[in-house]
Amino acid sequence: MRLSRKIEECFFKVLMILSTCFILLILAIIIYSIFEKGIRSMSWEMVTRIPEGGYYYGKGGGILNAILGSLTLAFGATILAFFLGLPVALYINVFLIRHKKLVGLIRFLLDLIWGIPSIVYGAFGFSLMVFFGLQTSLLAGILTVSLFILPIMIRSMDEILRTVPIGLQEAAYALGSNKSETAFRIFTRQSVSGIITAVLLSFGRAIGDAASVLFTAGYTDNLPNSLLEPVATLPLSIFFQLSSPVPEVQARAYASALVLTLIILLVSLFSRGVGKRYHKTKINF
Amino acid sequence: MIISLLVVAFLPFLLFLGLYLKSFLLIHDYSIIDLIFSKVWRPSRGQFGFYPFIVGSVWVTILAMLISAPVCLLTAIYVTQYTRKWFLRIMHPAIDILAGIPSVVYGLWGILVIVPFISEYLGPWFGVKTMGYSIIAAAFVLAIMIIPFILNILIEIFRAIPTELKEAALSLGATPWQTIKHVLVRKALPGIIAALGFGLARAFGETMAVLMVVGNVVKLPKSVFDPGYTLPALIANNYGEVLSIPKYDSALMFAALLLLAVSLFFNLIMHFFIVKYNKF
Repeated sequence: MRLSRKIEECFFKVLMILSTCFILLILAIIIYSIFEKGIRSMSWEMVTRIPEGGYYYGKGGGILNAILGSLTLAFGATILAFFLGLPVALYINVFLIRHKKLVGLIRFLLDLIWGIPSIVYGAFGFSLMVFFGLQTSLLAGILTVSLFILPIMIRSMDEILRTVPIGLQEAAYALGSNKSETAFRIFTRQSVSGIITAVLLSFGRAIGDAASVLFTAGYTDNLPNSLLEPVATLPLSIFFQLSSPVPEVQARAYASALVLTLIILLVSLFSRGVGKRYHKTKINF
Repeated sequence: MIISLLVVAFLPFLLFLGLYLKSFLLIHDYSIIDLIFSKVWRPSRGQFGFYPFIVGSVWVTILAMLISAPVCLLTAIYVTQYTRKWFLRIMHPAIDILAGIPSVVYGLWGILVIVPFISEYLGPWFGVKTMGYSIIAAAFVLAIMIIPFILNILIEIFRAIPTELKEAALSLGATPWQTIKHVLVRKALPGIIAALGFGLARAFGETMAVLMVVGNVVKLPKSVFDPGYTLPALIANNYGEVLSIPKYDSALMFAALLLLAVSLFFNLIMHFFIVKYNKF
């Protein structure tokens, strides 16, 4: 009895260590294979030039169009989602703080929206575009992606704003400020680091998602220069280059994946740094 | 502020309504049961059977869950119960990085590593000839993708369990594993189910990574080494030609509607588990 217990104990402990190692190992393999394949086909030309004629048959050029396109699209979508999302998060936490049930319902709705797959947003955006007779464009892409990242933005800001102590709010009211002032001056300043983290998180989502821009943003070899023209994005450029039968073009897909991964790693590193830096403005109780 | 809130609150209804109206053409002409269970997919002849795609999606999702659920559960227990705090501090960035990697990159990694692995090692090992682009490849890539998502929720849940519970069990003479098995897991069960459910919903809707490794063959898969096709992949692959064939766009919107319904349904149910969990 005692022995079997001991064996069970050992068995599961080993199993747990193995599964933890498995996850870390997979992460290492992913990072390694992306870097190893990517660096080999990486060149200065890749990130500074737009595709030239015959690029998709292995001729010269780079993916500057996709890099800039992705950045523009993600910036646009993040800014839009921020200006729509911050008021919502503040409203929930300042104005509705006494209506616990309503707030619970709103959070529940937001979680539901968060769970909707991005391809559904893409399909929805596409059907709207067909309805209004619009072409694929940067604007449509920005709108769709901003809808897609909106719940992520709101919920992560909400989680931060929730931690603002009620005493701070009461102090602000006692000094005669009204609710909007409390929201935009006090709450926003108190949780600025969390808000920046939320924005960066959403930015990372926006730049990495392919399914929602596939229908709406289209693809082009030109640099983005107008809201109403199609725009190239990195995930799609990886996808298209990878489906090419030419080996050189496939190799470029690896390099593009490296660029995308690097951007996302940078964003995530940056958001960690910001969290520490802006801690000083925070009032501690 | 109120306007922004209303916009957000009505978004799911708007999505549902929009997709429903677009797919109305199809639902009007065929019955929903027929659409879901018919096996023939020939859009040019007006035959829309979603059964192969639904079966493909379900296979891929369930297999992915079978791989990732035990791994996530064991890892979550290990990092919250056995290791010291600094280990969790290493694990968190690792999980964040895994969660941040875009699905296209996962797909690319699947093509680079998983597909050759399956065609050269795993397939022959089971005595099957396979291209590598298969249900199992998609399931594996998907499993890796949803690990950070499930693991994050599970770690939160195990950390929220009061220490007194664990101390009481240990003081009664239970071994650590017995404590975990009979006390912690039982206490966290609604939360665990919810975490797995959220992961399932996420896996069901994942598009690009699956699309890149699943093979995209419209056929009922006979084994996990056969190529398949999933609902999101169907939408993503065919959007370009929708306007040339009548009712094709309605069919794709119907697929999107199905996805939306499944995702909302799962999230809804799992939410009640979380609510139940919080009441304890």
